[in-house]
Amino acid sequence: MNLQLFLLTAAALFSVGLFGALSQQSIVMLMMGLELMVNGVILAAVAFWHYQSPASADGQILVLIAFCVMAIEMAMGFAVQIALFRARDVDMTDMAGDLRG
Amino acid sequence: MGSAIFFVLAPVAVLAGVLVFRVDSMVRATFLLLVSFLGVAGLAFLLNSGFVGGIMLLMMTGEMVIMVVFMIMFMMNPGGLMPMKMVHNQRFSACAAVLTFLGLAIVILTVRWPAPKGVAPADVTLSIGEGMMGSKMLVFLTAGVALLACMIAALALATHRGRYDRYGDDLDRKTPDDAARGGVGR
Repeated sequence: MNLQLFLLTAAALFSVGLFGALSQQSIVMLMMGLELMVNGVILAAVAFWHYQSPASADGQILVLIAFCVMAIEMAMGFAVQIALFRARDVDMTDMAGDLRG
Repeated sequence: MGSAIFFVLAPVAVLAGVLVFRVDSMVRATFLLLVSFLGVAGLAFLLNSGFVGGIMLLMMTGEMVIMVVFMIMFMMNPGGLMPMKMVHNQRFSACAAVLTFLGLAIVILTVRWPAPKGVAPADVTLSIGEGMMGSKMLVFLTAGVALLACMIAALALATHRGRYDRYGDDLDRKTPDDAARGGVGR
């Protein structure tokens, strides 16, 4: 059990989340991919704190900020989805491609 | 003992994460995501971060239960009774994910990580509290304002569509602009 193993786990979680966020058509499933990515970031931050600079609490505070990001992402994602669904009866990413450049 | 727990929890967390995008039932997918989060919370406990692990246990359980409700509301197939695929760009996504993992793994395994600086304080939670209320207070004030803005924006977005949404800015539309047709006069 060392830093590398924890970071590899975190990288695996992040990659799986990336796959989900890129491949899912349902907006809720896409958000689950994003959550999984933040999950990997949290694990990496905790591992870095424990194995690199345990003396200061900075790593832990970074994790709390990641929780904050997760909560905001979830709330805003659902709010946007509800707004989209109410206005246009859309629950798939492919039908909401207005900003495609 | 710690290693044994790690080698149980880490594969469980990753496998549950993979299964989230493999199962048909959306409810099962959400609970698998919860399993993944709980695995990471357990790993945080292993890393002497009981506070973070505890928050994660509580917050993720609540968050995923709310997510199940949204899943059932929005998915046409919440119970997974019919197998279905709801994916696009699958090959590109898989390539991107594998390349990301390989890139990160190469960096993780080749970098010579420096030795840890210092030792953890006896009470980690106390040091987090002192950081939050002391040197990192500005960060948390900003996060608080961001959360408040998020609450207001989420309410504004999710609230019921009003007459200006349905009849235009000057209320001069003949029929309301609704997503679902029906009702009197349509």
